[in-house]
Amino acid sequence: MSIAATQKRSFSAILWDYLTTVDHKKVAHLYLFGGGFFFLLGGLEALIIRIQLIKPMNDFISAGFYNEMFTMHGTTMIFLAAMPLILALMNAAMPLQIGARDVAFPFLNALGVWLFIFGGILLNMSWFLGGAPDAGWTSYVPLATDSATHGVDFYVLGLQIAGAGTLMSGINFLATIINMRAPGMTYMRMPLFTWTTFITSVLILFAFPALTIGLFLLMFDRMFGSAFFNAALGGNAIIWEHLFWIFGHPEVYILILPIFGIFSEIFATFSKKRLFGYTAMVFATMLIAFLGFMVWAHHMFTVGLGAMANSIFAVATMAIAVPTGIKIFNWLATMWGGSIKINSAMLWSLGFIPTFTIGGMTGVMLGSAVADYQYHDTYFVVAHFHYVIVGGTVFGIFAGLHYWWPKMFGRILNETLGKWTFWVFFFGFHFTFFVQHFLGLMGMPRRYWVFLNDQELDLGNFISTIGAFLMGVGVIMFLWNVIATAVKGEKAEADPWDGRTLEWSIPSPPPFYNFKQVPLVRGLDALWIEKTEGNKQMTPGEPLDDIHMPNGSILPFIMSLGFFIAGIGFIYQVDHKLWYIVLYGGMALALGTMVVRSLKDDLGFYVKKEELEREAK
Amino acid sequence: MENTNSDKIRAYQKQKNKEEMQKHLISFGLMIVLTIIAFVIVATGIMDKMFVIPVLVILAAIQVAFQFYYFMHMKDKGHEMPATMIYGGVWGALLTLAGLGVISWW
Repeated sequence: MSIAATQKRSFSAILWDYLTTVDHKKVAHLYLFGGGFFFLLGGLEALIIRIQLIKPMNDFISAGFYNEMFTMHGTTMIFLAAMPLILALMNAAMPLQIGARDVAFPFLNALGVWLFIFGGILLNMSWFLGGAPDAGWTSYVPLATDSATHGVDFYVLGLQIAGAGTLMSGINFLATIINMRAPGMTYMRMPLFTWTTFITSVLILFAFPALTIGLFLLMFDRMFGSAFFNAALGGNAIIWEHLFWIFGHPEVYILILPIFGIFSEIFATFSKKRLFGYTAMVFATMLIAFLGFMVWAHHMFTVGLGAMANSIFAVATMAIAVPTGIKIFNWLATMWGGSIKINSAMLWSLGFIPTFTIGGMTGVMLGSAVADYQYHDTYFVVAHFHYVIVGGTVFGIFAGLHYWWPKMFGRILNETLGKWTFWVFFFGFHFTFFVQHFLGLMGMPRRYWVFLNDQELDLGNFISTIGAFLMGVGVIMFLWNVIATAVKGEKAEADPWDGRTLEWSIPSPPPFYNFKQVPLVRGLDALWIEKTEGNKQMTPGEPLDDIHMPNGSILPFIMSLGFFIAGIGFIYQVDHKLWYIVLYGGMALALGTMVVRSLKDDLGFYVKKEELEREAK
Repeated sequence: MENTNSDKIRAYQKQKNKEEMQKHLISFGLMIVLTIIAFVIVATGIMDKMFVIPVLVILAAIQVAFQFYYFMHMKDKGHEMPATMIYGGVWGALLTLAGLGVISWW
């Protein structure tokens, strides 16, 4: 392996390596490339939306196409950009932070990433096959059941496939964190990013089944003549909203909790201080996750659940501000009196605090059921959730990428370009969304194709569009940074940031087995403890011995391909019976691969002790 | 474990496995009996509808407990985390159902 790495390999060899990899670090790369691609796509859709709204009564795109555009923007950004990018960072950093050699189920990890990629491709194929989904990212029935094109079918099948991948990643991370921590790493010594990954995985485990069930019901209503949501046949359309938001609200915490973890790592590292209130941070995260499951109906205040239900959900919603506030103050206290170094990762983190706080404040405003009747379905809501998702999740992803890029790729992202990216994106973001609060309060409804002249909405919308382009420039600068770094970036040492946690105790990028000897953890911020005692490296927690590693496999790719083909069959079997061939063919491929996987033992391989000793010299 | 006690350990392990198997078979038999009882109650109609449903729910709960504790090994040591997860999930599902029930019928 060490010899192969030093030689230049052909493109097809690298491609085959990635197609068959089960290594969490390469799976992280796949999540990053896939999620990054869909992030650009979703950004492009956002720009088209903003161009349409640059002036009153614009006709840049048609009304129907506009519906497809905002539906796909939301769906893509949540399911195909934000979540995979978060999973990329989790895969890249979490196993290293707990001193593990891989995740608990490496095969499942590869299966998860390929299901996501194929699900995303399936969803986006709808653009070329008669029209994308056009019922909003929430896909409310009866709009979704009545939508005439195959768009919503692509939504259902694409998300079902991608969602299955996410669910198995969640289970995988849970098993990894419970079982594979290095000796000495108790739960209360885990780095905060590992903690938030753990709690996020619990959320994934409990929230995604609700989406799965909702999507199945919608699929049967649209394709097989059932009537779960058809009031005329005794169904109930509100059930979809409940199922969607029972999933959908925990989903927003799935998007933000790992980001809280990233910021906790960055603030502690670049303030050269232990994270303030570590225990409080852990329990605040748990509390947010717990409360996150009992507030879903605040998305449905105007449905008519009644004053009692609305009040209960309003109070529960506002309660979440308390643990979130604890976190904000802990981050500020971490920096207080610290030896602060402001670089790109730190800039994104500093920009996050005021931005996310504004988003949280509008969140509490929206949480008030009475006031929500005014805000509901206006641009105020749009501004709110972009402040928390862009100002939280996207800022956090950029921060995390700057922070862990050396560990993932062995090179440090350019700092000058990184800072420029931050300032351009930061100002662009606030230009775009700050005015939208006021557009919403002035009564501009969301998801409308055009707005009228002389309603004082012109200037706000114009500013918003300019801001969106600034954000686009920011993203392009980041891409430029990535390419420039890949071509002639500064090589990273093992520990470029003077880090505190285990991932910085091994080379950048790490060898495929991560740790030659699993380290002994003696407390929170394990590496920092060794540094304060003058040790150059971690104390090994085991003697040098053979390392057991999993073999690569093409099966996850083929299995996902099978489900992808079956998905196409499901979508088109309503048109012609011949499509059943595709459906059954795809299923046969997927199930056949499962049989192969089950019957054929793959016991992995050993990296010999002698080889490890040779490398050490 | 290549020591002088290995024979004893092996015998102990064998005994353990045998007991484990017995417990499995007993619980499996009980589950079948419970299922038969449930079917008989419904098929013969010997009970009032008002009683049938709670009885079936109780029988189902017992079966779930057997499943968790014997077949999924929750009675054994080292299963605290799975137990936390399972009961957390059950709790979440119950809360959700209670919430939906209350806003639908209260």
